[in-house]
Amino acid sequence: MTAKKRVKVIMAKPGLDGHDRGAKLLARVFAEAGMEVVYTGLRQTPEMIVDAALQEDADVVGLSSLSGVHNYFFPRVVELLKEKGLDDVLVVGGGIIPEEDVAGLKKAGVAAIFGPGTRTDDIIKFIEDNVSRS
Amino acid sequence: MDDLVAQVLQGSVRAMARLITLIENEDPRSLQIMAAIYPHTGNAYVLGITGSPGTGKSTLTDKITTLLREREETVGVVAVDPSSPFTGGALLGDRIRMQRSSGDAEVFIRSMATRGNLGGLARTTADVVKIMDAFGKDWVIVETVGVGQDEVEIAKTADSTVVVLAPGLGDSIQSMKAGVMEIADLFVVNKADRAGADELVNEVNVRVKQDAQIRKAAWEPLVVKTIALENAGTNLLMEAIDKHRVFLRQSGKLGKNRREKTRQETLGLLRDEISRNVLEKVLGNGRFDALIDDIVAHKKDPYTSVQEIVDGIFGDK
Repeated sequence: MTAKKRVKVIMAKPGLDGHDRGAKLLARVFAEAGMEVVYTGLRQTPEMIVDAALQEDADVVGLSSLSGVHNYFFPRVVELLKEKGLDDVLVVGGGIIPEEDVAGLKKAGVAAIFGPGTRTDDIIKFIEDNVSRS
Repeated sequence: MDDLVAQVLQGSVRAMARLITLIENEDPRSLQIMAAIYPHTGNAYVLGITGSPGTGKSTLTDKITTLLREREETVGVVAVDPSSPFTGGALLGDRIRMQRSSGDAEVFIRSMATRGNLGGLARTTADVVKIMDAFGKDWVIVETVGVGQDEVEIAKTADSTVVVLAPGLGDSIQSMKAGVMEIADLFVVNKADRAGADELVNEVNVRVKQDAQIRKAAWEPLVVKTIALENAGTNLLMEAIDKHRVFLRQSGKLGKNRREKTRQETLGLLRDEISRNVLEKVLGNGRFDALIDDIVAHKKDPYTSVQEIVDGIFGDK
């Protein structure tokens, strides 16, 4: 009878690029995996994304970027989350991210970067293994 | 947990978000939490927005929120979307249409999945409304899942219920039917720039007039035309909502309606509590399975057996 805890994901596209096919597909993939996914849509500022994470009490923030703005936006989201005391939110990213940027993003607090061709099962498993909330 | 409640009452957004999660998950401490929240409720005006999928509920919610913010009133929004009956997951998409309101510190938007509840809301939506109320929001807007004809739970939660319609979804018989059409305090015909909008307005007006002939009511639902995306008619909608609110206050119906809602809610809680207690006792001792064997073997019948169990627990009436 009692509802069990479900993983809550914010799926967001920061910046101005309009390529949301991947983000939408993943939103559906996560929902199919039993998660509750809040899809915030295109052209999100880091502030909007973090506000959504705060109000929705999200476990995970998924960021998608295909326009090369990841080096600014992804770390900025992590930083703002920390400012609001949301340190335990798992931040993952995907899209077109050059290999040489991955280490820097991880250092900035992005837990994982999933490039094109990543199996969706692997992404789900990563989230399930790394989501920190009780 | 007392900490969290105290923080909510002091205005912590973070604490409110966390507390809502506990309630959504039907945490064992839920009753205690809500007991601590309840004394601080009763100040927010609760507005329900319901209607079929795609009629523009979220966009209208965004516009109403903006208008309320212009009046410097604070707003909580609960946006409900369906859970998958197969996977339990959910895609909550109402926030997309609420971009203008998100980013405003005085607006708190929470998406909720139905988690198997029928009726247009989640089981715990009414409690989430109470938390936002206790937090101090002036208004709480509840947007239901896209409803068909029979999902009318919102009317048990909201002070005013807005039923959103859009042209192109059926003939005049649809507007004569029971269910959702009966719970409207206000009708909105949204997407009024589309073909068939005026006909729909007429049909709804006919229904409203029919209702007035069938049974006398002090309030006759208003019908408002909007094009939410272009922000056309939204001021008129806000005026209509205010009119209904003033009517409820002045006629004393607000208090009466809320009393009836409290009665229903308390009855519901009582029912849950009784059935949990009784089921614990009945299923706890293992005799239930033996009884089922007897019933299957036709040595006993289920009707008498149930009566015996209940008499055994409560004694003679």
